[in-house]
Amino acid sequence: MTGSPSPATTVASAAAPHSDAPPVRVRELTRRFGDFVAVDAVSFSVDRGEIFGFLGPNGAGKTTTIKMLTGLLSPSAGEGWVAGLDIRHERPAIRQRIGYMSQKFSLYPDLTVGENIELFAGLYGVAGDALDIRRAWILEMAELGDDVRRLTGALPLGFKQRLALGTAVIHEPPILFLDEPTSGVDPVARRRFWDLIDGFAAAGRTIFVSTHYMEEAEYCHRLALMNRGRLIALDTPRGLREAEGLRAAGTPGTHPSSGLPSLEDVFVALVQREGGARSG
Amino acid sequence: MIHPTRLRAMARKEWIQLRRDPRSMVLAFALPLLLLVFFGYAITWDVENIEIALVDHDRTPTTRQLVVALEASRLFRVTHRPDSEQAADRLLTRGDVKGALVIPAGFTADLLGQRTAPLQLLVDGSDANTATIALNYAEAIVGRFGRNVVLRGRTLRLPVEPEVRIWYNPTLASRNMIVPGLIAVIMSIIAAMLTALTIAREWERGTMEQLASTPVSRLEVVLGKLLPYLLIGLFDVAVTVAAGMVLFDTPLNGSVIELAVLTLLFLTGALGLGIFISAAVKSQVLATQIAMVATYLPAVLLSGFLFDIASMPPFLQGVTYLIPARYFVTVTRGIFLKGVGLEVLWPQALFMAVFAVVGLGLATRVFRKELSA
Repeated sequence: MTGSPSPATTVASAAAPHSDAPPVRVRELTRRFGDFVAVDAVSFSVDRGEIFGFLGPNGAGKTTTIKMLTGLLSPSAGEGWVAGLDIRHERPAIRQRIGYMSQKFSLYPDLTVGENIELFAGLYGVAGDALDIRRAWILEMAELGDDVRRLTGALPLGFKQRLALGTAVIHEPPILFLDEPTSGVDPVARRRFWDLIDGFAAAGRTIFVSTHYMEEAEYCHRLALMNRGRLIALDTPRGLREAEGLRAAGTPGTHPSSGLPSLEDVFVALVQREGGARSG
Repeated sequence: MIHPTRLRAMARKEWIQLRRDPRSMVLAFALPLLLLVFFGYAITWDVENIEIALVDHDRTPTTRQLVVALEASRLFRVTHRPDSEQAADRLLTRGDVKGALVIPAGFTADLLGQRTAPLQLLVDGSDANTATIALNYAEAIVGRFGRNVVLRGRTLRLPVEPEVRIWYNPTLASRNMIVPGLIAVIMSIIAAMLTALTIAREWERGTMEQLASTPVSRLEVVLGKLLPYLLIGLFDVAVTVAAGMVLFDTPLNGSVIELAVLTLLFLTGALGLGIFISAAVKSQVLATQIAMVATYLPAVLLSGFLFDIASMPPFLQGVTYLIPARYFVTVTRGIFLKGVGLEVLWPQALFMAVFAVVGLGLATRVFRKELSA
C-alpha cells in the first residue's frame, strides 16, 4: 500500500489484473477450534455481480467462513481467493478491495455519524473531493442528512445498519461481505436495506450475504445451505425448491398442495435429513 | 508501512473518543495535578516547628541563650514550661509536645567550669523518623552552642569550625527532591493507565472487528493511539512542572526544551507499555489493574524516588534497571536541581529510547488484528 499515488488508483489498478478471476472462490476450506470443526472442507465459487446467500442455522459455520474470507481468521486447511488474492497471504491487499459489515453493529457509538464516515474514509484512504462525494452519498442513502452531528450510538438500529453499510462501501469495493446485516431490524427497514443491496449488485458488485430470514433468501441469486460446518446444498432459490418438490412428489402425502415447497420447507427438510442442527 | 491518511484518521478518532470519555478526561487532566498536590504536601522528610516542653532547673542567662538558639533554628518551638520532669512526661504522653528538654541545675556552672554539662532531650519515639531527625538537629545546635561557650573561655586558639555547604539543594528541602521525582512517578502511572484502556475497549465493544477488516496496519493503530496521549502526557508534565514551581517553590534550573524532549522519550515507552498490556489482556478492567501494579509499585519503590538505589541489595539494584521510571526520576531531578542537560543525562536518554522502542515493538507484536474466535 505504500508509495501508491492515491488510494483510488490502488483500488482501480488492483482490481483490473484479477477481473477474470471469480470474486470469491474456496476449495476444501476448513477451520477448527481445538477439536471443534466449525467449517468442514467447504468448496464453492461466487460470480461477479451475484448476490450469494449463505443460509444455515446458528452455529452452522456461516460467520466463521465469512471471517476467513475477510482476513479476520486464518483457515486451518484448504484454500481461498478473494478478488483473485490468496486469503492466507494477501490479506492487506484483500482488505482494500472488500467491504465488511459484521453481525454485531461495530461502528463507534461515541463518534458522530460524520466522524464515523470520516474515520473509515481515512482508513480506506478516501480523501479530498472523493470523501465529500462519498459522504454526501452515504448520508442520502442512509437518510441521515440531518444527523451528521448526532452520536451514532443514539441512532435507531435501522439507521445504524444503513450507516454501517455506507461506511463498508465508502471505498467502493468490488466485493461486499455482509454477516446477517439485518438482524434485529424491522421489516420495512429490512426491505429498504435489500433495495440498496440489489442496486449494488446491479452495478456489478458482488455481494456475499449470510442470513436466517427466509424472505431475504428469496432475494439472493444463489443460496448456499450450511449445516454443521458443511455445505449441504447450493443452487438458485427456485432450483432448491424444485429439487425438493421432486423429491417430495415421490413421497405421497408430504406436500398435498400442487405448488412448490417454500424455501423454509426446503431448508427444514435439508437440515433434518443431515441429522438436525448442531446444538449451541 | 505507515500511510499518513490512515494514521491521521486513527489519531483523530482516538482524540475525539478521549474527549468524550469522562473517565479518560479525569485521568488525563485532573489526576496528575491531584496526585502532585496530595503527595507533595504529604511526603516530606523535613522537620520544623517541633513543639517541645522546657524544664529549666538552672534558670541562668546562659540557659536562656540556649533556648533562644534552639528556637532560632525554627526547628523547635517551646510551647510549655512545666516545673518538673513528671509534668513534662505527662505532656509527652498526651501528645501535647513532641519532645521535652531538661536542663539540670548546675548546667551553667558545669559549662563554665569546662566539665561535661549534660542536657536531656526526651522525644516521642512513636514517630521514629521525626524523633531521629529532631535528636540529630538538637545535638547539632546544642553542640554548637556548647563550643561557642567553650570558645569564649579559650581566647588564644583560633576556632576551626566546619562549614557545610549543600550543593544543588541549598536549603536541603526534601520537597525539592520530592517534586521532580514525583512528576516522574505520576507520569509513569498516568501514562500506562491512559493507554491501558484503548485497545481493550475496542475488543470489548466489538469495534476491533470493523477496524480489523480495514487496510489499517497494526503499527498505524498503535501509533494512532499513541499520538493523542503523547500530547496529553506532555501537557500533563508541563502543568505539573508549573504547579511544582508555583505551589512548592521547586526551582527549575535546567532547560525546559531538554526536559520536553526527554519527557517525550519517556512517555513513548510508558504509553507503549499501556498499549501492550491492553492488547495482551483485551479487558479494560484487567488491563487497568495490571497497568496500575506494573507501574505504580516499581515507580514508587524502585525508581530511586523514595529509596536510594545505591543502598538496595544488589539483586534489587539490578531490577531497577528494568524500571523506566528510574531513568525519568534521574532526568527530572537532574534538570530541576542540578540544571544539567543531555551532556550528563545521555545514558538515561539512551535507556529511555530503548524502552520506547521495546514498548512500541511489544505493543505492535502482541496486538493481533486477527480475532481469536
